[in-house]
Amino acid sequence: MPGKLKVKIVAGRHLPVMDRASDLTDAFVEVKFGNTTFKTDVYLKSLNPQWNSEWFKFEVDDEDLQDEPLQITVLDHDTYSANDAIGKVYIDIDPLLYSEAATVISGWFPIYDTIHGIRGEINVVVKVDLFNDLNRFRQSSCGVKFFCTTSIPKCYRAVIIHGFVEELVVNEDPEYQWIDRIRTPRASNEARQRLISLMSGELQRKIGLKVLEMRGNAVVGYLQCFDLEGESGLVVRAIGTACTLDKLSSPAAFLPACNSPSKEMKEIPFNEDPNPNTHSSGPSTPLKNQTYSFSPSKSYSRQSSSSDTDLSLTPKTGMGSGSAGKEGGPFKALLRQQTQSALEQREFPFFTLTAFPPGFLVHVGGVVSARSVKLLDRIHNPDEPETRDAWWAEIRQEIKSHAKALGCHAVVGYSESTSICEEVCILSASGTAAVLNPRFLQDGTVEGCLEQRLEENLPTRCGFCHIPYDELNMPFPAHLTYCYNCRKQKVPDVLFTTIDLPTDATVIGKGCLIQARLCRLKKKAQAEANATAISNLLPFMEYEVHTQLMNKLKLKGMNALFGLRIQITVGENMLMGLASATGVYLAALPTPGGIQIAGKTPNDGSYEQHISHMQKKINDTIAKNKELYEISPPEISEEIIGSPIPEPRQRSRLLRSQSESSDEVTELDLSHGKKDAFVLEIDDTDAMEDVHSLLTDVPPPSGFYSCNTEIMPGINNWTSEIQMFTSVRVIRLSSLNLTNQALNKNFNDLCENLLKSLYFKLRSMIPCCLCHVNFTVSLPEDELIQVTVTAVAITFDKNQALQTTKTHVEKSLQRASTDNEELLQFPLELCSDSLSSHPLPPAKEHLESASSNSGIPAAQRAVTVEKASPVGDGNFRNRSAPPCANSTVGVVKMTPLSFIPGAKITKYLGIINMFFIRETTSLREEGGVSGFLHAFIAEVFAMVRAHVAALGGNAVVSYIMKQCVFMENPNKNQAQCLINVSGDAVVFVRESDLEVVSTQQPTANCQSSCTEGEVTT
Amino acid sequence: MTSELDIFVGNTTLIDEDVYRLWLDGYSVTDAVALRVRSGILEQTGATAAVLQSDTMDHYRTFHMLERLLHAPPKLLHQLIFQIPPSRQALLIERYYAFDEAFVREVLGKKLSKGTKKDLDDISTKTGITLKSCRRQFDNFKRVFKVVEEMRGSLVDNIQQHFLLSDRLARDYAAIVFFANNRFETGKKKLQYLSFGDFAFCAELMIQNWTLGAVDSQMDDMDMDLDKEFLQDLKELKVLVADKDLLDLHKSLVCTALRGKLGVFSEMEANFKNLSRGLVNVAAKLTHNKDVRDLFVDLVEKFVEPCRSDHWPLSDVRFFLNQYSASVHSLDGFRHQTLWDRYMGTLRGCLLRLYHD
Repeated sequence: MPGKLKVKIVAGRHLPVMDRASDLTDAFVEVKFGNTTFKTDVYLKSLNPQWNSEWFKFEVDDEDLQDEPLQITVLDHDTYSANDAIGKVYIDIDPLLYSEAATVISGWFPIYDTIHGIRGEINVVVKVDLFNDLNRFRQSSCGVKFFCTTSIPKCYRAVIIHGFVEELVVNEDPEYQWIDRIRTPRASNEARQRLISLMSGELQRKIGLKVLEMRGNAVVGYLQCFDLEGESGLVVRAIGTACTLDKLSSPAAFLPACNSPSKEMKEIPFNEDPNPNTHSSGPSTPLKNQTYSFSPSKSYSRQSSSSDTDLSLTPKTGMGSGSAGKEGGPFKALLRQQTQSALEQREFPFFTLTAFPPGFLVHVGGVVSARSVKLLDRIHNPDEPETRDAWWAEIRQEIKSHAKALGCHAVVGYSESTSICEEVCILSASGTAAVLNPRFLQDGTVEGCLEQRLEENLPTRCGFCHIPYDELNMPFPAHLTYCYNCRKQKVPDVLFTTIDLPTDATVIGKGCLIQARLCRLKKKAQAEANATAISNLLPFMEYEVHTQLMNKLKLKGMNALFGLRIQITVGENMLMGLASATGVYLAALPTPGGIQIAGKTPNDGSYEQHISHMQKKINDTIAKNKELYEISPPEISEEIIGSPIPEPRQRSRLLRSQSESSDEVTELDLSHGKKDAFVLEIDDTDAMEDVHSLLTDVPPPSGFYSCNTEIMPGINNWTSEIQMFTSVRVIRLSSLNLTNQALNKNFNDLCENLLKSLYFKLRSMIPCCLCHVNFTVSLPEDELIQVTVTAVAITFDKNQALQTTKTHVEKSLQRASTDNEELLQFPLELCSDSLSSHPLPPAKEHLESASSNSGIPAAQRAVTVEKASPVGDGNFRNRSAPPCANSTVGVVKMTPLSFIPGAKITKYLGIINMFFIRETTSLREEGGVSGFLHAFIAEVFAMVRAHVAALGGNAVVSYIMKQCVFMENPNKNQAQCLINVSGDAVVFVRESDLEVVSTQQPTANCQSSCTEGEVTT
Repeated sequence: MTSELDIFVGNTTLIDEDVYRLWLDGYSVTDAVALRVRSGILEQTGATAAVLQSDTMDHYRTFHMLERLLHAPPKLLHQLIFQIPPSRQALLIERYYAFDEAFVREVLGKKLSKGTKKDLDDISTKTGITLKSCRRQFDNFKRVFKVVEEMRGSLVDNIQQHFLLSDRLARDYAAIVFFANNRFETGKKKLQYLSFGDFAFCAELMIQNWTLGAVDSQMDDMDMDLDKEFLQDLKELKVLVADKDLLDLHKSLVCTALRGKLGVFSEMEANFKNLSRGLVNVAAKLTHNKDVRDLFVDLVEKFVEPCRSDHWPLSDVRFFLNQYSASVHSLDGFRHQTLWDRYMGTLRGCLLRLYHD
């Protein structure tokens, strides 16, 4: 009996009128945990009842503490009839179960009803007394910390990164139980909310147990998802990365922990290389390992494909193999050995992290992905969810083998997703194959494993670009050149990854959001036929999505994609593919070639003219983009570094082989040689369309940038003005013109218009960047397409954005000086001493100039003034201030990023994971579908904020809306929506507030950071 | 391709001031979009009409959801659904309760009842203010009236506390409530030249001096109703014009003091008795509700118009009124000096404000 839960109901306010006669309410509260229920007294005739109850005490197992939510129901007492429910509050008490997080939950919670929405608020205080339990065989995992953040959380240090943890639990969906036919929608919704809450708790506890088994104490990059499989049940699954984290203890609570490797990762601005002097151009090879597989589920049905689709563009050609491996080779081998041993003990060497402590990531191979089409079947025994487990195991196995093929032992930036339509389900997994530094993965013989002697040998700034695979035995034809940075190792000509841009990567110019969008019609079919049809379509979609990405990347004049996320959504009669990534120009990779258009019938004069016209347009666009994104790598002739022998240009070749045999291989090989020769062959109208659509993507208006990674490469000077938002659009396709082309255009327009609307709405924040732009596509009905976007807009300092047109030389000269300012304004809590030795990735001169300036941070940083809203308080008139100036509701910031610009996170209070259902039977009265969903999302935000505030926090980081399932039935005037959100509740302190404290105590922590600085640079 | 659903929800609620104004002014989404297009916003931002339409819809939806809270501004502060910075909250409230001069002149002093509400159609046609906006303004007046009607204490403070308005706006509302409560006639043709500001100014003076609250702030019902006892007492002033000697003495005192100082001396001398009778009779009649309502009509008829027809400059009016009030203190036979000061002090201020073209 290891825990006592104590709950006190203080008061209510803004309650709805429940008694029409008196216009008042006789409210009381039921507090339920597990099977125990307490009640408060009835507070007669008030909309603002003051119950001020005693402490209700629940004595419970910690297993229950983890699984069960605290359920608070507010009711209206009725003498003659049944009491009416006003609404409920579910409180997840998990944050109270580990010592470093929240100690008490106390505050105003919105009272939520699934039919009426928020109806007033209730003030609750919750505490937990935990007793130590030394039972080794316990079922609970209290004390394991969970983080949604996909990097090592700010105020922690990673001692060991253990690796992948996963779990899933299944149950019957209450909505599909027989009892649902006789109970009210409210009861059914509440049963569902409660069940999912329970399942989440159970899942988290089970994952916690696995972590404890691995001797870890935390899960980072925790991603939990629901699969609403309809008739066949409800699956809640989660993946994460088990770690052993050390709290960075500092003498003063506020004292910035300078020695946190993880912190540096985030808080050091990405730097542009001031003088990337070692560039040259050479043959380019887009490297990307895109693999997929799919198999109609039933075990008897044959595996229809398991294949590597290697879309790499050059066959092995004149690869100067001479000195390349000389330095790297033996070392690489050694490293591989070590890593291998560390990783091979693991079933799945996967990491859900997208950003890493410096030195963790050694090489990146490319994107690996796998998909599988399954037929859903009723889950007969919820306690044995073996089928689902087996499905995922299969996919993970495949990912692992793909990574192996790329010479990598690990997969980072790993994620899993599903798309369900009726009884067909597409399971997808993707990640980035990588070679990791084994030091982080082993149980710590090495004290504070982040100080690596090893690193000194490694060219950290470009190292991750170097190929991990053996160039003589490449898994696929790729085109390699010497690294443009160190000139010692080989690099591919294009790099695709699912991770964030490493902090120490050298990037030229700015990045931009790149999207590939695609629709494919499919015939309506049943069960297996349907699954087969989908399976057959998938490779074509993957191929086209990839081609689009590549074309768009080249059109932007860039050579690498980060944060790549390809979503394939299945609907009744179509498949949608949406890939989002952030394109950048990596200094270590060769300059991308242009795009050439080739006509099919070269003899036709007018046709030729048309082609050349198009070609000109494309060239113009590339030039314009290079200017827009400030991509101006130095031109160095190829001879200098002796690039591989250029070879005669080859025509694009597309090889497709397909058979029904079980070992069918779909090979798509698109290859050609010379760098300028990315050839688009226009041989039919389709191809023409493609070229057109390439050119129709409008760049964001000036002053706007966008990316889907944490922050924008090339912008460092963020202000603290942030605005997180969710935007949802649903379009109805007219069923008449359903051709692939029309569909593509509709989908493309939908996404483009949505972006345009966002730019317009947020125009007051210019200059600004939309970060972590996350698009989700779903197909709720036959002719409906729903796109949901969540992102955060962050304003940055204009002054630096303006210096765009400077030539490269000027820029590099200036950079040294501007960098200092950037540093100072960026959320570094620099004790003035530590600044000089901060482990900055950029070149030495930066450090020197930075240190020379380190005396002035106070004045400089005062610039970051808090602005609460994007619209600011600028022009509010200075009439005599009305008394409402002091609002009683504290501001809670929300952001999908893992940090808050201009602020330092001092404490993680626990994970927020909430699931809501809202239903209406008076859709028109609530403002139609838009009014309904608008209100619901606003309510969800409000409930998240209230929970965070009650935990004592003032922000949610790594916020994500994982699901937004919207169903409507306008004829019946009904609609229903399910939303699942999660994030990390934190306490942050403004940089400006930190100022005082940090200048007073500049000593202890700086020492350690000095040593670190040495190591990293 | 039609948009079924199109929403944008920010963690901080976005408020576009221009769209808010259009919404308050009662324009439909279509009209608002057209007006925004005309403002040149498309050229400035490079947006398309569709974007503008979607943006406008979105803001209108937000405002619609906020409206319920704006009806009780303290709720806006305590609610959790919309995260709005305090300065923005203040702006929302202030703008929502702002009113049009043209509109307020139409309903000032009228009973805030259903009957008046029915006339809003006409007012809308007459003033060119949309019916929707008229309704909002009327409902605001009525809502404020209802809340503070039965309340103790200072009218302005009560309004400020319950509606969180700026000082200026709270004072305006106090005037509106005061006028509505006492049903002062302001719509007569001869009063058309007066602005809302003129009336509000008078209302403030009257609230400060002529109500129960002016004497004792602990009393009930304070600032809304005129001090009945005081109005009753005003009858006593009649002696100033009824007693011929007193009237003559008063006149001679004023004339002596003002001789040579007034451009319109002779006109004043000729008119003194009429003017004085007018002013004192107004006071004496205030016991009847009907006459209270006609206060402003009477003042204009009995004082403003005669002076204006003789082309008195404002400075002369001021000289005259100062002397006229002060001289009474030298009338030995007159015993109601305090009463006179309470009456004339306020009336002098009002008259000076009312005296313009």
